[in-house]
Amino acid sequence: MRKPTTIAETRAVTDDVEGMQQFNTLTRRIFVVYLPLAVFVFVLLFPFYWMAITAIKPDGQLTDYETYSPFWVVQPTLEHIKYLLFETSYPGWLWNTMLVAVASTFLSLLASVFAAYAIERIRFTGARVTGLLIFLAYLVPPSILFIPLAFIVFQVGIFDTRLALILTYPTFLIPFCTWLLMGYFRTIPFELEESALVDGATRWQVLTRVILPLAVPGLISAGIFAFTLSWNEFIYALTFISSSENKTIPVGVLTELVRGDIYEWGALMSGALLGSLPVVILYSFFVDYYVSSMTGAVKE
Amino acid sequence: MARPGLIARFVGSRNGLGFLFMLPAAVFLLCFLTYPLGLGVWLGFTDTTIGRPGIFIGLENYIWLSDDPVFWLSVFNTLLYTTVASVLKFVLGLWLALILNERLPMKNLFRAIILLPWVVPTVLSALAFWWIYDSQFSIISWVLMKWGWIDAPINFLGDPGMARASVIAANVWRGIPFVAISLLAGLQTIPQSLNEAAALDGATSWQRFRRITLPLLTPIIAVVMTFSVLFTFTDFQLIYVLTRGGPVNATHLMATLSFQRAIPGGQLGEGAAIAVAMIPFLLAAILFSFFGLQRRKWQQGGGD
Repeated sequence: MRKPTTIAETRAVTDDVEGMQQFNTLTRRIFVVYLPLAVFVFVLLFPFYWMAITAIKPDGQLTDYETYSPFWVVQPTLEHIKYLLFETSYPGWLWNTMLVAVASTFLSLLASVFAAYAIERIRFTGARVTGLLIFLAYLVPPSILFIPLAFIVFQVGIFDTRLALILTYPTFLIPFCTWLLMGYFRTIPFELEESALVDGATRWQVLTRVILPLAVPGLISAGIFAFTLSWNEFIYALTFISSSENKTIPVGVLTELVRGDIYEWGALMSGALLGSLPVVILYSFFVDYYVSSMTGAVKE
Repeated sequence: MARPGLIARFVGSRNGLGFLFMLPAAVFLLCFLTYPLGLGVWLGFTDTTIGRPGIFIGLENYIWLSDDPVFWLSVFNTLLYTTVASVLKFVLGLWLALILNERLPMKNLFRAIILLPWVVPTVLSALAFWWIYDSQFSIISWVLMKWGWIDAPINFLGDPGMARASVIAANVWRGIPFVAISLLAGLQTIPQSLNEAAALDGATSWQRFRRITLPLLTPIIAVVMTFSVLFTFTDFQLIYVLTRGGPVNATHLMATLSFQRAIPGGQLGEGAAIAVAMIPFLLAAILFSFFGLQRRKWQQGGGD
């Protein structure tokens, strides 16, 4: 099977008929590259399109596929979004999610900067082992921690408060951020730090005046990534929060907007759409940081 | 020349300073990660319920679980779900990565679009899938019926076999971007000159893929797939939104069963035991990753 193709290819290369070869490679590219890519993009994006189009469809068109084309909307409406913002606790959930995500990201970054600096640069006894333990901590999944954590949260008396989430989210944020920042600190030349130390700077000054300004891209990567992770978190929020006013968006939309057998798809989809927008907007501004933090965490 | 005080000397020393810098992260992780991990193992040996501290009952939870067909069904489901979804994610993700590694116009735009399913909160995109999988108004059923391929709407989440396939499809949809973008980063580190040299020597594109790309990509594949397997194995959100384990427990994973028994069911001890039963599988995945990393060092000619 392979041989003939090779010969054909060789002949095509030595052939003088340039146009034919051009044609061959173009059709080949369409079938090997563009067509599969188009299918991938379509499948990956369709659920979002469906979410968005449902969110602005009037109730009459939602399930009436025969009169109206399901893929388009004739008279777009903001009814569902209005309902969400003024007749449900959605704005409160939005605020909770934002508060929890910002606070836990901030706490995690703070702790991670110190930890990563200590492991990479102060090189205390056992730094390597600590680094490895941090990596292992990242591999501990929330689905085996939520039961004992629920127990602890209850004992401490912060059950059903936003504080419970702010304090537990760093369990998966700190390992990730520390691991990422360790990689960034490693790329900063040691000489910079040494000369600052020789000039009489304290470790604190070295960290705040030399290392941190150089590690800003790393801090942004870790920060937005941590923010996204806490925005998307579900199992802790589902377990530790019971009253409506403390819920986060994923939990609120799922537990309060889904009721009975008749689903209000319009409201549900606008809830999903609005809840996704903040991270998507953040993402669109920092795509490269996202990619570098995702691949960085894997490559290190 | 006063000698510096004890505290000053402690802070001045390498280990003392390291200790101080590590303190915030260490306190957090010890209180909310290491301690709960141990507590979880302990709870698995007790009959704790919500609102009543339990007593030590030894292996009773595990003995009870070993006789519980639902538990074994969830183990089977978890393994099936993880295996099928991971293989699909790997194959499709690698394919997408290879496509993106070609010369393309607007490559960065495509990369950005492709990552979207991974950025959007899983619960919210799962809700969109729930709507797509609706038993009456599923858009997939509608299109297939329009084309005349089927006569009645597909019961995506109501039929055990279909429900399994549907949740796996949603999981693959969510996981492809991570695999593809990570592998793309790996592909970009492979020197172009190797491929050119092989092409000059007459290697076909399949041979080049098989003998150059794949071996050089192996270490990163090992790490990426370890993460992917780990996240799939412990998946909770998708199932919770789409099926809650139904129909007749056909899609219950160990994580969802553990939640089901512990939180709504109140049996914290039993739920913890199910969670602990996941640990051996997770350790196997981590060891796999470790050996993947070892191989990487060896491939680069020793040293890391």
